[in-house]
Amino acid sequence: MKPELKSALIDLVFRLGDDDFILGHRHSEWIGIGPILEEDIAFSSMAQDEIGHAEAYYQLLHEHFQLPDPDTLGFERPWQEFRCAHLVEYPNKDYAFSLVRHFLYDHAEHIRLQALQKQDVFKPLKELAKRLLREEKYHVFHANTWIVQLSNGSEEARVRLQTALDEAYPMALALFEPNEHEKTLVEAKVLPSENELQKEWLRAIQKVLEQTPLKLPENPQWEMHKGGRVGKHTPHLEAIIEEMTEVRRLDPQAEW
Amino acid sequence: MDKQTILEALGTVKDPEIPALSLVELGMIEAIRFDYPAYVEVEMLPTFTACPALELMRLQIHHTLKQLGFEQIRVVINREKQWSTDRLSDEAREKLRRFGLAPPPKNTKDAPLLIAQCPKCGSTNTILKNPFGPTLCRAIYFCQDCSETFEQFKPV
Repeated sequence: MKPELKSALIDLVFRLGDDDFILGHRHSEWIGIGPILEEDIAFSSMAQDEIGHAEAYYQLLHEHFQLPDPDTLGFERPWQEFRCAHLVEYPNKDYAFSLVRHFLYDHAEHIRLQALQKQDVFKPLKELAKRLLREEKYHVFHANTWIVQLSNGSEEARVRLQTALDEAYPMALALFEPNEHEKTLVEAKVLPSENELQKEWLRAIQKVLEQTPLKLPENPQWEMHKGGRVGKHTPHLEAIIEEMTEVRRLDPQAEW
Repeated sequence: MDKQTILEALGTVKDPEIPALSLVELGMIEAIRFDYPAYVEVEMLPTFTACPALELMRLQIHHTLKQLGFEQIRVVINREKQWSTDRLSDEAREKLRRFGLAPPPKNTKDAPLLIAQCPKCGSTNTILKNPFGPTLCRAIYFCQDCSETFEQFKPV
């Protein structure tokens, strides 16, 4: 494998893993305080899925690129080395924001994984994408169901979801920020361009939003939300990593 | 020592989250290689990626094989091959139903959660309450005929 392809794949797997890892932790913050019991369970389950998926991505890096083990990659990297998008870093705010973020994010992940299961350049990632898709379909199903039902419900629900969409949509566009490895990945036929993936994602979310009174914001400004893929993060990332690693830092050598 | 004896021993190892079924019935054992009593290697397929029970099952397999008298024991996870709920036999599905868990429908693809048969009364007049449940592998339904709330082993 050419060195530039290798670096591009490593960067890609970090992006996938870090997004899942941080969003998984955000979802876990709903444990015990979900608006209804069913949603408490749903967000806790999705948290478990996302963190498990992050571990699987980190395992791939460990096995195939001789990087440290998943726990070290997850809990001992400085925040500047994370490659997650700003979207996953923001605090939960309210249930509407969490739900809309999960809707926008899981559709994006779904599309990326569908492309990755078709490539033959890096077989272990192909197999992992296939496996994760079978689980992720339940996330997309969950998000679609609630977005459609709630936004067609009370006026308060519609307003809250619209406010959340206005806020989260520009951030979600930056899930597809162009990056230095993109050309390598496109040429090697690992993934289509970020621009193409973004268009496909837009079609997918519009199909759901058509069944709702919700409107995508016009002229979304997403320049300010770029940077996550090159290590330029919001202050929220440092804070959440601080929190996630608190116990481990007490005694990194502890046996669990 | 033959393969059948090993399989029977492994048949006593249950999935802690689905105690009605053994790892063999779940279709999680992909291959067994052995040279008694020196060496045995069991290859297993993980079910749900984030399933926390995998490590426990691995330890239990290890323990079971040790009791059979094997000296060197390896339990390896095969991440190449895809496990699916379609690997469950009809007998395993019936066991699930008797346990009170609706078995996973076969070959569902696009609308995976829209079909569920109540394990108590057999009705398909059921509604999905939550695609997530007490474990990653279960979804929650309500039967509109017998008013029973039940769980289904999610098809993947």
